[in-house]
Amino acid sequence: MSHADTMPKPRRNVELLLLVLALSVSIGANALISIDEQISLDTDFWFQSSLLAVASLVFHVVLRLRAKYADPVILPLVVALNGLGLAMIHRLDAPGEDTGNNQLRWTVIAMAVAIAVIWFLKDHRVLRRFTYISLAVSALLLILPLVPGISAGEILGARVWIRLGSMTFQPGEVAKITLAIFFAGYLSSNRDLIMLAGRKIGPMQFPRFKDMGPMITAWLVSIGVLIFQRDLGSSVLFFGLFIVMIYVATSRISWVVIGLTLILGGGFVASKVFSHVGLRIDSWLNAFTEEVFGRSPGGSGQIVEGLFGMASGGLVGTGLGQGRPNLVPFANSDMIIASFGEELGLIGLFAIVMMYLLLFTRGFRAALGTRDAFGKLLACGLSFAVALQCFVVIGGVTRLIPLTGLTTPFLAAGGSSLLANWIIVGLLLMISHTARGPVDTSPMQPGRTPEAQKPAPVTAAGSRQDRNTTQTLPDAPTEAVKHL
Amino acid sequence: MNQAIRHSWIAAIAMFALIFGAISYVQVVGADELKANPWNRRAILQNYCNDRGAILVGGSAIAESVPGNESCKFQRRYNQPELYAGLTGYFSRSYGVTGLEGAMDAQLAGSSDQLFFDRIGQLFLGNQPKGASVELTIDPKIQKLAYDLIPDGQRGSIVVTDPKTGNVLAMVSKPSYDPNLIATQDVAKEQAAYNEAIKVPGVNLNPSVSGPTGALLAPGSVFKLVDTAAALNSGKYNADSVLPNPAQMSFPGIQYQLPNYAGGNCYTRNTASFAFALQQSCNTPFASIARDLGENAIAQQASKFGFGQELGDQLKLDYAKSIFPSDLDAAGLAQSAIGQRDVRATPLQIALMTSAIANSGVQMAPNLIKAVRSPDLRVIDEPKPAALRTSTTPEIAGQITDWMTSVVSEGIGSGAAVPGVEVAGKTGTAELGNGLNNSWFTGFAPANDPQVSVTVVMQGVDITTGAQLTSPNAKKIFEAVLNK
Repeated sequence: MSHADTMPKPRRNVELLLLVLALSVSIGANALISIDEQISLDTDFWFQSSLLAVASLVFHVVLRLRAKYADPVILPLVVALNGLGLAMIHRLDAPGEDTGNNQLRWTVIAMAVAIAVIWFLKDHRVLRRFTYISLAVSALLLILPLVPGISAGEILGARVWIRLGSMTFQPGEVAKITLAIFFAGYLSSNRDLIMLAGRKIGPMQFPRFKDMGPMITAWLVSIGVLIFQRDLGSSVLFFGLFIVMIYVATSRISWVVIGLTLILGGGFVASKVFSHVGLRIDSWLNAFTEEVFGRSPGGSGQIVEGLFGMASGGLVGTGLGQGRPNLVPFANSDMIIASFGEELGLIGLFAIVMMYLLLFTRGFRAALGTRDAFGKLLACGLSFAVALQCFVVIGGVTRLIPLTGLTTPFLAAGGSSLLANWIIVGLLLMISHTARGPVDTSPMQPGRTPEAQKPAPVTAAGSRQDRNTTQTLPDAPTEAVKHL
Repeated sequence: MNQAIRHSWIAAIAMFALIFGAISYVQVVGADELKANPWNRRAILQNYCNDRGAILVGGSAIAESVPGNESCKFQRRYNQPELYAGLTGYFSRSYGVTGLEGAMDAQLAGSSDQLFFDRIGQLFLGNQPKGASVELTIDPKIQKLAYDLIPDGQRGSIVVTDPKTGNVLAMVSKPSYDPNLIATQDVAKEQAAYNEAIKVPGVNLNPSVSGPTGALLAPGSVFKLVDTAAALNSGKYNADSVLPNPAQMSFPGIQYQLPNYAGGNCYTRNTASFAFALQQSCNTPFASIARDLGENAIAQQASKFGFGQELGDQLKLDYAKSIFPSDLDAAGLAQSAIGQRDVRATPLQIALMTSAIANSGVQMAPNLIKAVRSPDLRVIDEPKPAALRTSTTPEIAGQITDWMTSVVSEGIGSGAAVPGVEVAGKTGTAELGNGLNNSWFTGFAPANDPQVSVTVVMQGVDITTGAQLTSPNAKKIFEAVLNK
């Protein structure tokens, strides 16, 4: 092993290079669309392009200053996805519509918030102190859309929005982060208890009932979201997040078995009891029957139109701006994957999905590399949530699974989704910074309480100091995560 | 913990593998099927503004593309729209294509494989794509005459064919609509016209459920031709058979009495010859034949005439399959044998049955297409007459023809008689239960060398009106065709 392999490298220049590539893809896409729509590359185009470029470069500089060991691939991947989304949303704007510029505003806000998270938090372990506050915040966020006065009411069958002045916001998107923080905090403190106690039945170790607390909470939250907010996608997402985090905390496959049993049972009951779930499943199974196709609400028209669009795209696509993605309802939000499938074809869509794959893989890599259980759980949970969300959305659009109303991270139109996913990126970048930074090789000191492991109050000096004194077993293949 | 993180990553990768598979399926494997789906508007929109081939009748266009406005270079125009709406269908941006516009779309749009070299030529010469033109077998004079014979406000259909070739000479139904209004480029007008059109009783813009090829009507006594053929075919009956002819027929165990036809002279005899039973359209002789032969024999003969069968691939229009019910009790079989109860036939089906009798028992495939010509007038398709099936033997067909001739010369179909020509015919009156009837006439002329077969049905008329509108109208069509 050479010296170069063992010394951590910031690789910020690699990031800059990739960022330029990502920006040229996004801005190039926007330019192509403008040309196809026979709009010249006017001041609007240049303003939009430079805003995205400046915001990305500022983000890059902040990483240089505050998290110089952060994974250099994550930011360029996200900028590319977000930029492609901007281009497509802009392309789908009917004359007079302004979703594209709205999305751009939200992109800048979301990036600013993610920068603020990195700048002020400095170390992700600080979040562990907010374990129970996160639980409370999650509960609050999930209840908000049901509170009269704040609630934006039922939009497209779901009650997941709140009204903030003239804008609507989906608090559930942020709740997935706070819930991940709560579970990471709870599980990293209690994993020994959960792991060691329990009864062995056959090859599987089953947990004690009292340790099932978080699982039951998760199940209740998911079912609550399903019942009260009529949001199938989010309930699947929350529950998937919890299963994976409990599994990672305990390494017990029994949790996955119990979790999947609960979700399948809940799903089966839901499909029978709640008409909106039953309709979704019916319009998935019988999408191509005339009665289901034309049914309103809950028909399969949206899925089928999306499939038509993707089919017309074929292998190479119609070309950006050349297809008719606007025939599909919600072409710029729920169905944006179909819009990309139509205009960029199988090849383009594969490239986009591959970017997501790389993104969550980088997240998992940060989880492997970081040395604290909290960070591992948080990174793993958030990465898996991104992957699961992509699976649920793209699987729904391609009729692999029933269509549920989730946003495609970074691509789809929607401010709350952008904000939440950029915060996730900020957290992953911070965790990857700890994961890839210099390893402290002094042995773990015995007798340290979990309390003592908590980072010092949030000051630059305190955090820095804490980072250097926190000890962990080097159980990660640290050399592997230091490349690129 | 790291092992569990790796496992979670593998689970995420597995989900993405499914996504890659689903995308490949939609965009490559299943793409052709999705593109061919009739609900897929993309194909229409693709060539909506192109120069589409004309649909021609007697050398003049009934549907053609004319120069359009700035947003669309060409606009579809229908000449004599109401007269031909049932054949042409419409070519609409919002509602898709129906009728021949849909069935012959590949030729009209110029995307058919037969036009491959024309497309190559257009590519090199830079010409606008232009489709092939489709010439119909319809005789414009007969078509106009038939259409005018159905009074405005009356629901009815007329089918005129050449029994020897299967060529359709006229096919009309009322009420009709103006496809121009639904093919306009103004989406708002288009929708208004569509919604207006479907309000008219009897107008269904889905051609497969209305008009001569789609309307499933109780055939009444014209169905007795099926019984007659079945009886002769069984070998148990011949020209000398004496049939029981009670005024009404009773069935063991139930109250229902099947009465003889109130008009005509059935009441004058207790027994009847075949000729008399057909001439006067007596019910009980045919009910007793059906009881004697059993349900299967009648059903088999019906299917040999085309009930429930495919109609070949030269018709091009959507059609409904006519129905003979199954699992009948004694009374049900008796009622079905006289074309009541659940027996349903399209006007086209009755025309095909009669044409088979006219053509010595061989049913010719109905054909609407005289020729398909490429833009340079080269003939690329010219369907030849094709036998569809053998309905009965020449002997039986000849025998039935004799009796049908006496229906016109001596019986209740005398209104169809043409001086100097032997006309074969059969009337029918199907009770609708509200005091009104479907009134039928089907026949051909000359009986010894059939040139033309005419089927007329008027829906929802009283007995007198029916008698005035069916046989005498058939006579006018016989005269028009034969005197040409």
